[in-house]
Amino acid sequence: MIEITNLKKSFGDKTILHDVNLTMGTGKCNLIIGSSGSGKTVLMKCMVGLFAPDAGRILYDGVSLTEISIDERKQLRQQIGMLFQGSALFDSMTVEQNVKFILDMFSGMRHREKIKKVNEVLDRVNLQDANKKFPAEISGGMKKRVGIARAIVLNPKFLFCDEPNSGLDPQTSLVIDKLIKDITNEFKITTVINTHDMNSVMEIGDHIIYMYQGVKQWEGSNKEIIYSKDEKLNEFIFASEFLQDAKNMRMMQEKDGHQPTEK
Amino acid sequence: MKFFTKFGQYLLMLKGMFTRPENTKMYWKEFMHQCVEIGIGSLPIVIIISLFLGAVTTVQTAYQLVSPLVPASTIAQIVRDSVILELSPTVLSIVLAGVVGSKIASELGNMRISEQIDALEIMGINTKAYLVFPKIAASLLMVPFLIVLSAVLAIWGGRMAGSLSGILATDIFDIGLRQNFSPYNVFFALTKAYTFAFIISSVPAYFGYNVSGGALEIGRSSTTSVVVSCILILIADYALAALLL
Repeated sequence: MIEITNLKKSFGDKTILHDVNLTMGTGKCNLIIGSSGSGKTVLMKCMVGLFAPDAGRILYDGVSLTEISIDERKQLRQQIGMLFQGSALFDSMTVEQNVKFILDMFSGMRHREKIKKVNEVLDRVNLQDANKKFPAEISGGMKKRVGIARAIVLNPKFLFCDEPNSGLDPQTSLVIDKLIKDITNEFKITTVINTHDMNSVMEIGDHIIYMYQGVKQWEGSNKEIIYSKDEKLNEFIFASEFLQDAKNMRMMQEKDGHQPTEK
Repeated sequence: MKFFTKFGQYLLMLKGMFTRPENTKMYWKEFMHQCVEIGIGSLPIVIIISLFLGAVTTVQTAYQLVSPLVPASTIAQIVRDSVILELSPTVLSIVLAGVVGSKIASELGNMRISEQIDALEIMGINTKAYLVFPKIAASLLMVPFLIVLSAVLAIWGGRMAGSLSGILATDIFDIGLRQNFSPYNVFFALTKAYTFAFIISSVPAYFGYNVSGGALEIGRSSTTSVVVSCILILIADYALAALLL
């Protein structure tokens, strides 16, 4: 579980995050959505420790990221996996070496055990024949899958994904979404996803946080979001006529079933 | 004010390198990789430049020493001292600032822009220690070696040029090489070599590590790092000459 209390972050005179309070549950896909400049990337970078917050606390299973020693922070970071927007694979290394790198650095495993583990995770993300290829030789979707494999190879308790679907076609986006969702359920990890993709919001959003101008504007599940009365959220999510129609259709489909409480 | 901010950042980067390695074996592997990149990677250019530096120095010195009162072996003395005191340490370091410096700056810059440095940070790796320190350490080991090799090759190039152009025979050149030789000059050359090696690696590492923006900024930081390194080498060259000679 990740708990954020009174998080503030400014760059110079510009305040990016104003008193953000959040709780992200274990075994759930927590999606942070919002328009460009709403502070979601800064929020994620504060959460993983790439930016130091000006005020507030970030607790990982009760352990405060901002109040521990450098060595303790290093240990905590080994429980965090992250998939970057551009995958951030090491160009000079093959797919296998990319995934194995973190094992080389932190595990006391023998070479054979490492290779076995690497093959297991590459198999888990459906990448069987790419071990010896370099990042430049594989597609964007494959890069994302290697990124996921690298993020989960040390069995992390927390998985962060920064725009996992950017630059991918809708079909590959669905595959990546499903993979992230399955991994979250399978390993019971806390997953935090920063996204613009409304498909992801509807498909895998167990817990959705809508950021607006550095403030948490709305939070709820993907079931609740279509019934939300929040104007700013509706403007953001159902911006196009097509999405508005999709929302109406979804509401009609759900009429006979359970209707979540309005927020 | 901006200068002091940047200088402070540079010092903090250097301070940040000195932490306990997460895995000594991996750090050693990276250090050896950098030794190969910096040392072996620069060998061809070092060999070509050094041979021609020595050859041109011999020909030009002979051209200026036209007095029959000056023995021909003096040419070899001048070539030897010019090469050891100035040409090999300084000229070669300026060339290496371009070859090695731009490579370090663009490699780190590309890693920063493509979030590879962030990825390493999130894994719990001290990126200053893992990425910057091996480059500086490898440079401190390999650049003095290259400079010594360069001095040997330049003197040999001068000897060959003297012989081939008929300016002075090899046996006279060898006599000149041994006359009035001061071992202190070698100490001075090595002091310069270590100082320049540190500048060549740490300045580009700073510019590459702190780059922000896109591909254009990587090129810009690479160029800036080479220019700053060259200026610092020249300033350090003068300061060391004034202090030690």
